[in-house]
Amino acid sequence: MMNFDLTEEQKLLKESARNFLSRECPRDLVRTLEEGKEFPPELWRKMTDLGWTGLIIPGEYGGSGGSFLDLAILFEEIGYHICPGPLFTTVVLGALPVMAWGTPEQKEDILPKIAGGERIMTLAVDEPGAYRRASSITAKASTAGDGFVIDGTKLFVPDADRADLLLCAARTGADEEEITLFIVEKDAPGITITPLQTLAGDRQFEVVFNGVPVKKERILGEPDRAWPIIEDIHRKATVILCAEMIGGAQAVMDMSLEYARERTQFNRPIGSFQAIQHHFANMLADISGSRYLFLKAAWKISEGRDASMDAAMAKARVGEAYRRVTILGHQIFGGIGFTKEHDMYLYHERSMTGDLKFGGADLHRARVAEELGL
Amino acid sequence: MNFDFSEEERSFRREVEEFAKAELPPDWDEKALYWPAGYGTLPGLEEEFKEFHDELLLKLGKRGWLSIGWPSEYGGMNSMVKHAILDDVMSYHRAPPGDVSTAIGGPTIAKVASDEMKREWLPRIARGELRFWLGYSEPNAGSDLASIKTRAVDDGDDFVVNGQKIWSSGAHIADYAWLLAKTDPGAPKYRGETIMLVDNRSPGITIRPLENICGIHSFNEVFFDDVRVPKKNVVGNVNQGFYSVMLALQYERLFVGVGAFRRILDELVAYVKETKSNGRLLADDALVRNKLASMAIEIEVVSGFYWRTAWLMDQGTIPDLESSMLKLFGTELSRTLAGVAMEILGPAGQLKRGSKWAPLRGLVNLGYMDSVSGPIGAGTSEVQRGIIATRGLGLPRK
Ligand SMILES: Cc1cc2nc3c(=O)[nH]c(=O)nc-3n(C[C@H](O)[C@H](O)[C@H](O)COP(=O)(O)OP(=O)(O)OC[C@H]3O[C@@H](n4cnc5c(N)ncnc54)[C@H](O)[C@@H]3O)c2cc1C
Repeated sequence: MMNFDLTEEQKLLKESARNFLSRECPRDLVRTLEEGKEFPPELWRKMTDLGWTGLIIPGEYGGSGGSFLDLAILFEEIGYHICPGPLFTTVVLGALPVMAWGTPEQKEDILPKIAGGERIMTLAVDEPGAYRRASSITAKASTAGDGFVIDGTKLFVPDADRADLLLCAARTGADEEEITLFIVEKDAPGITITPLQTLAGDRQFEVVFNGVPVKKERILGEPDRAWPIIEDIHRKATVILCAEMIGGAQAVMDMSLEYARERTQFNRPIGSFQAIQHHFANMLADISGSRYLFLKAAWKISEGRDASMDAAMAKARVGEAYRRVTILGHQIFGGIGFTKEHDMYLYHERSMTGDLKFGGADLHRARVAEELGL
Repeated sequence: MNFDFSEEERSFRREVEEFAKAELPPDWDEKALYWPAGYGTLPGLEEEFKEFHDELLLKLGKRGWLSIGWPSEYGGMNSMVKHAILDDVMSYHRAPPGDVSTAIGGPTIAKVASDEMKREWLPRIARGELRFWLGYSEPNAGSDLASIKTRAVDDGDDFVVNGQKIWSSGAHIADYAWLLAKTDPGAPKYRGETIMLVDNRSPGITIRPLENICGIHSFNEVFFDDVRVPKKNVVGNVNQGFYSVMLALQYERLFVGVGAFRRILDELVAYVKETKSNGRLLADDALVRNKLASMAIEIEVVSGFYWRTAWLMDQGTIPDLESSMLKLFGTELSRTLAGVAMEILGPAGQLKRGSKWAPLRGLVNLGYMDSVSGPIGAGTSEVQRGIIATRGLGLPRK
């Protein structure tokens, strides 16, 4: 039977996340992080204590065995508060793939430490001028002894500086999809990490692999067969990113609403102008419509169903909706929103970068077209 | 009908092109960040470029190019179209074509000020010796300018000014405020305000910088504390400042930097012709082609609004409707273009200036931030739509 409600536990998760983040991750903190300050270790520890790092990790590995949908609900709140930090990379780009494809040894080695907040993990797939396509991966893993060495340059690797483990995609065969995923220690010899200055100051890095040795036990999944795994990681990542973006869009609308009720021009609250009311009507419709898409995608993933179409639809629409909502928010704030003293810019930046990450709307519409059988 | 420029206008364009090539430093492209129809990255507003800009103004003034649009009796060339050509070419090169004083203050003074004031100020403005900033907005008076609180009290030969202005672009690099102040608080709306020129060096003025969301200091808060302004600095008639403001806004709205639109389009076209994504030239991607084609079409539309507005001004018309349409359309397009450009650059678009991987010198993500300002500054899009509907189309106000 159909049911659009969250469960009691999910409501509780959402509420406690919102309370926690508004207390512990105020926008002032976000601002200083954007300027390069370290993510506070005590905040990371508190997030760990709340069970966020282990939310979806099975009980046998020290987590609480929540669902993918639970994770999406948590991330909507994280996006609302635009709280940065390595939770996304570690859990979505690290723990999920290990849970799905890791050997028992890899799981035992990695998952409890992630749940306990002692390991940070990230993903290195993109390369310069090469996004979301197996054929364009040129980083190479060559056999050496009973292991491999990796050579190549990866771009847009999030949180690489703080990560303990990098999940790195490298070419192991000549065929287009002969890609292998390796779990590489960040401290392995031959790795150089350089920060990328990005619009949203969100700690992305260039990672150069220069003859980096890796043991064959550190292959995730099967050799030469990693591309479907990468696609699946991306699919899940886009859905969680959509949750974040919708949370952000909701925050922009809430902030703008509050302002439109208070700010007066021509002796009236600006919210009483029809022009402004229409902006809000457009925002709400955009947000609600988009939220339906990502929730459905998240639910399908939780149910173990194929969510290719739903995830692509969600990412294609949510990124653009977030951009539209943020621009309307800016319009409502007028001059005050154009200063660094106001928080709007933080959301405006993220709406653009979120839309671009893991493939922009065009790419995901192309996916939708494929799913339509075109 | 004739969409061609005259031979004279064409040769003027060539002259300006040569001027720009000769006068702009070779590394100008690396330094100047300028997003079309944005108000936050104009090189003319940044402290860093002040000296260069001051000198450039004097050079432009020497050629008589700062007063091209003004009536000939005040040393002008009576041609807003030529003024627009200058702006078109200079903004293509991301260089300031003038200043608030020359593009907004001068022509307004020529229309509304006393003969004495015209004699005193216009020649100096035309020579490029003076720079103005626009002192309209206040913390509680943005769209509704008539609700300003800054007071100018009559005190013998002077007015004494108290109050605060905000979003004062370039106040930190200018010489005079083009200030709107209340001179008759009891008067009905729009009847009690006066425009006056206030020397930035007057005692009692404090300028506090504001950092915009591009990370640039382009605007300020300005505080007036018992600032004395000689009465001879009043522009037009006392208590009729709104008339001047309306006129000045039409000149202001003409300057959307049409050349800057053409420039970024040219750069994007060049970029997609030489950049491969996933092994394929972006220029061969139907989606990319489609996006750039629609931007080219919209930029042609802005040009239509632009040249028509300038031409109407030369016909002696007050182009209320057209300047608002130009402003509305141009600034909204600036925002769309920034989004489309980011989409085309893909993930690399988020890399800022200084990164070796940043395409187009990181200009586009800066433009994405700046493009927010266009539909807000100089009258918001909502306000422009209101003007178009009521003043332009005669729809009822209530
Ligand atoms: C980059 C930048 C540079 C600027 N430079 C200058 C400068 O040099 N000098 C200067 O004086 N000012 C300057 N401004 C100020 C600018 O003119 C004002 O920001 C603008 O007029 C809007 O005023 P506000 O910010 O107070 O917003 P508000 O007037 O408070 O407007 C808030 C929202 O309400 C809407 N609204 C208000 N009234 C109505 C209505 N009647 N109907 C429908 N909607 C309405 C607005 O459209 C907007 O969406 C600058 C602004 C920016 C962003």
